[in-house]
Amino acid sequence: MQTLKQSLASKKFTITAEICPPKGTDVSDFIKKARLLKNKIAAANVTDNQRAVMRLSSLACSVLLLKEGIDPVFQMTCRDRNRIAMQSDIMGAWTLGVKNILALSGDHVSFGDHRDAKAVFDIDSVQLVQVISKLNNGTNMKDTPLKGGTDFFIGAVVAPEAEPGEPELIKFEKKIEAGTRFFQTQAIYNMNQFHKFYEYAKKFDVQILAGILLLKSAKMAHFLNNNVPGVTVPKHLIDEIEKAPDQLAKGVEIAARQVKELKTFCDGAHIMAIGQEESVPAIIEMAG
Amino acid sequence: MIITKQKDFFKILEYLKGRNNIYLFGCDSCAEQCETGGDKEVKAMAYLLKNEGKKITGFSIPAETCYSMLVKKYFREDKDMIENADAFLVLACGAGVKAVADAVGDGKPVFPALDSLYLANVTRYGHFFEGCSLCGDCVLGETGGICPHTQCPKGLLNGPCGGMVNGKCEVNMENDCAWIVIYRRLKAQGRLGILKRIAPPKDYSNSVKPRTVVVESRMKNK
Repeated sequence: MQTLKQSLASKKFTITAEICPPKGTDVSDFIKKARLLKNKIAAANVTDNQRAVMRLSSLACSVLLLKEGIDPVFQMTCRDRNRIAMQSDIMGAWTLGVKNILALSGDHVSFGDHRDAKAVFDIDSVQLVQVISKLNNGTNMKDTPLKGGTDFFIGAVVAPEAEPGEPELIKFEKKIEAGTRFFQTQAIYNMNQFHKFYEYAKKFDVQILAGILLLKSAKMAHFLNNNVPGVTVPKHLIDEIEKAPDQLAKGVEIAARQVKELKTFCDGAHIMAIGQEESVPAIIEMAG
Repeated sequence: MIITKQKDFFKILEYLKGRNNIYLFGCDSCAEQCETGGDKEVKAMAYLLKNEGKKITGFSIPAETCYSMLVKKYFREDKDMIENADAFLVLACGAGVKAVADAVGDGKPVFPALDSLYLANVTRYGHFFEGCSLCGDCVLGETGGICPHTQCPKGLLNGPCGGMVNGKCEVNMENDCAWIVIYRRLKAQGRLGILKRIAPPKDYSNSVKPRTVVVESRMKNK
């Protein structure tokens, strides 16, 4: 099994995709989707209760992927655990064989299905990267030596289309300083703007996987715009999908078009199919 | 100022079920300004409770009900206050409720009529904005006087999250993203360098509850 780290180091265009854990313990669909993606992607991200909706743990699902021979990217948000639980779970993931981790802030609980929950945010995503770096160096975040540390390939998220952009770029550089080695971006739509971001980002020793979000239908695009933090699907794309006789096919075509363009300059793409993982192989195939 | 909001009246009636002689406390400070526990609100509560068949044995509105010594004085001056009441209902913040409960002692129940919400700035007359969380580890010197621990719903310390859209907050699009406001202010002051340094995790050891402060010099004067 080639790992995400090896794929990116080989300089070949690297594709990752996101698989969402089930709302319950029946993992049959999750495994089915994983098998569809096996050997077509370099690694699969496992989301951590995304949109603050409670699902099966990202750590457990990452281990399930390992058993299927897929390199998992264990996503960890700062929303649900304090610094003690986070370090403990990060080390736990390492002992179970997980090699990649993606540090995120996490969507606020007010978006989810447990709106009365306490939003923890004991540390933030930059500090989380620092914590993982320390564990990688064999100490806990208090600099106390551990009996065995970790050696994670550390990833983080950046929003290249954030407006205003400067504070986002300052945070991006802090994530790099903290030890981030690869970035998976939030969904991108403006390829020219992304290209400029990429040129700037390549001044640093990091790999960039551009976020591609599969739009299943015009209705879904509207839903994303209204309900998912940081996602703004431009009107021209929604119009293009709306006019198509088969909206899903059009969404796949648009995603493939974006991946194809990324292949001309970027390190890779991260495909977020949000429940429509079975379409990912078609996107990859169409992108050539 | 401490912001308070009246609890659902049915919740208050539930507290007072089976207790017919009620003594009311208001507060002439914060709760008066929030219009939750001043003279007007205490009298309105008395009226509503009378309509429910309760007897109001009396009421007091101390200048500051959080001032435990002041509240105790009311009880010293009216020895029958505890005797005559089955329960006390306090239209003040939680500190006010505690002051009354401590003064009453173990024998009779004391109930809150309000929920205590937050420490606020009065931004306009009748407008209360939460700008400080009393965390015990102030970072305002590095953030242009804007508290990311309070104005950012996630309390992030190193810049905006991915949910920021056009300078607005993902949790409430009416609100400015705290980090964009901080960024603009630091930039205007030529202090963006501060934002480029990684802020360390917050030190919560300063906020282990309950916190107590004794001002020694004040003690000596007494």
